[in-house]
Amino acid sequence: MGASIYKNKKPLIVFLLPAFLFMIVYLYYPFFQNIINSFQQIKRLGQSGTGWNDPWYMNYVEMVKDPVVWTSMKNTLIMMLVTIIGQVGIALILALLVDNIRIGAKFFRTVYFFPIVISATALGLLFNLIFLYDKGMLNQILESLGKTSLTDWKSEGLALFTMMLPVMWQYVGFYFVIMITGLNNISEELYESASIDGATRFQRVRYISLPLLHNVLCTCVVLAVTGALKVFDLPWTMFPKGMPMKSTFLTGTYMYYQTMEAKNVDYGSTLAILLVILGVLTSKIVNAIFKEKDY
Amino acid sequence: MKKEKFRVSSVFIYIVLIFWSLTTIYPIIWVIQNSFKAKDKILANSFSLPLGDLFTTANYRKAFNNLNILSAYKNSLFISSIVAIVVVVLAGMASFALVRYTFKLKGALLSLVMAGMMFPVFATVIPVYSMEVKWGIASTNNWGLTMLSVILPQVAGNLSFAIVVLTGFIKGLPVELEEAAFMEGCNAYQIFYKVVMPLTKPSFATVAIFSFLWSYNDLFTQMFYLRTPKMFGITVLLNRLTSQEGTNYGLMAAAVTLVVVPVVIVYIFLQKYIIKGMTAGAIKG
Repeated sequence: MGASIYKNKKPLIVFLLPAFLFMIVYLYYPFFQNIINSFQQIKRLGQSGTGWNDPWYMNYVEMVKDPVVWTSMKNTLIMMLVTIIGQVGIALILALLVDNIRIGAKFFRTVYFFPIVISATALGLLFNLIFLYDKGMLNQILESLGKTSLTDWKSEGLALFTMMLPVMWQYVGFYFVIMITGLNNISEELYESASIDGATRFQRVRYISLPLLHNVLCTCVVLAVTGALKVFDLPWTMFPKGMPMKSTFLTGTYMYYQTMEAKNVDYGSTLAILLVILGVLTSKIVNAIFKEKDY
Repeated sequence: MKKEKFRVSSVFIYIVLIFWSLTTIYPIIWVIQNSFKAKDKILANSFSLPLGDLFTTANYRKAFNNLNILSAYKNSLFISSIVAIVVVVLAGMASFALVRYTFKLKGALLSLVMAGMMFPVFATVIPVYSMEVKWGIASTNNWGLTMLSVILPQVAGNLSFAIVVLTGFIKGLPVELEEAAFMEGCNAYQIFYKVVMPLTKPSFATVAIFSFLWSYNDLFTQMFYLRTPKMFGITVLLNRLTSQEGTNYGLMAAAVTLVVVPVVIVYIFLQKYIIKGMTAGAIKG
C-alpha cells in the first residue's frame, strides 16, 4: 500500500523543479560559462566576453608565467599542511584528552566550537589588534615576559605565520566535535575488556581509539584540505591585496584581487579554474593516501 | 576508562584543555574590555579592566554615529533570514521527493546534488554576476533588488548541502504516518506540510541555522554585490572599516564587539542545534 501514495507522479515536478532550477541556473550554467570566460576577453565585470583571446589559451600561458600565481599556490599548499597538521592534529589531541575526563566535557565542546560561528571578517579585525606592532596583545605579553624589542608580525618573514595562525585556530573546534562524536561511538566495553587485560591508558588510545577513528580522521583530512582552498575572509581582512609585496596571496584571494582590484576579469576566471583543478587533485590525492577502511 | 580514579595525569589533561579554552575565550574578553577604553589608553595597558577613569563609551557613540552599523545589521539579518527560509523550503521539498518517490531520473538528480557541493563559489561568481546584471538585478541602486541579487546566489550555494542533510533525516521517518494521512484523504502536498515538515522540525532548524550563519558570515559574495554603504552587510562594513579606520583601535574594538556579542548570545542558547547544524554534513555523510 505504501507505494500507492507516491504512485501519482504529478507532484514530483512541483517538489523538484524550484530547487533544481536554482542549481542549474546558479551553479551548473555559471560553472561552464566560467570555463568559456577564461578563453575570452572581458572588459568589465558584469559584461559578457567580446571575443576570443588570441591565442585562445592566452590566459593560461599568462598564468603559468605569473610569479604571483606560483606564490599563491605555494601559500595554498602550506595552508593545507597547516590545516591538516594544525587543525586536525590539535583537534585529535584535544578530543582524546576530553574523552579521558569525566567533568567538563560539555563545557569544552561549547568553548572550542564557538570561534566557528563568528564571522572570519570580525576575527580578522580582532587578530589585527592582537598582532598589532605598536603594543598589540601579543607584543604586550612578550614585553611583560622580558622581551625588549617589538615584533613586526606583518613583516615579510612573519606574514604567512600571522595569517595562517588565526585560520588554523578558528576551525580546531569543528574537527574536535567531529572526532568527539566518533570517539563516543566507540563501545565502552572495548575499553573495559582492554583494562581487564591490563592495557594502560596510552595503549588503549593507541590500539583502540586511533584505529577505530581512522575513517573519521580520513573525513577530517579531506574537509581540511578542501576547506584550505576556500579560505578567503580572514586573509583578505588581515592582509588585503596580498601585502606585504604580494607575498601572502592564496589562490582564492588572488582570484578576487585580479577580478575586482586589477579589473582583469577573464584572468580571474582562469584562476578560478586553477582553484577547481587544485581542489579535485588534492582531494584525489588525500583519498588515495587515507583510504577508508572497513573494520 | 571514564570510571577511573583521580590521577596526576588528569591534572595535566585539564591544564592542556583549559589552556586551549583560554585561547578561544580570552581574545573576545580582551577586545570587549578594550572597546570601553579611549583609543589612546588602549596601548598603554590593554590587560586592565576599563574601570574608573579608563571607562568610556565614546567608541560606541562613534560606531553608531559614523558607521551605519544599524543599517548593516538590518541588511545582514534580512539577507540571512530569507536565505535560511528559502533554502529550508526548497531543499525540504526536493529531499522529500527524492526520498519518497521512485522515478527514472532519480539517480541522475542525486548525483547533480552531490556534484553541486563541489563547486567553489570562486568558479561561479563572475558569470552569476554578469547574468544578474543582464537581468537588471545586480549593480542597481534599488535596495530590494540588491538584496535579491545576494540572496539568490547564496541560496544556490547552500541548497545541495541542505538536500544532502535533509534526505538523510527524511529517510529515517516511518512511512506509516504518511500512509495514515493518505488514508485520511491527504494528498502529497498536505502530507509534506502536515506530516513530514512537523516531524522533521529539528532537522529543518539545523539546516536553517547552518544556512543563516553561513550567509551572515560570508564576505566573498557580499563584496561582489553590496558596493554602496547603504547596502553593506555586517561583514562588508567591517572589511571597509579596516581599510578606512585601520588605526582607530578603540573604534575597531567596539565594532568587533558589536558584531560578535549578539552571535555569542545566540550561540549560548542554541549551541546544540548550531553545533549539530555545522557538523551535520561531516558526521552524517
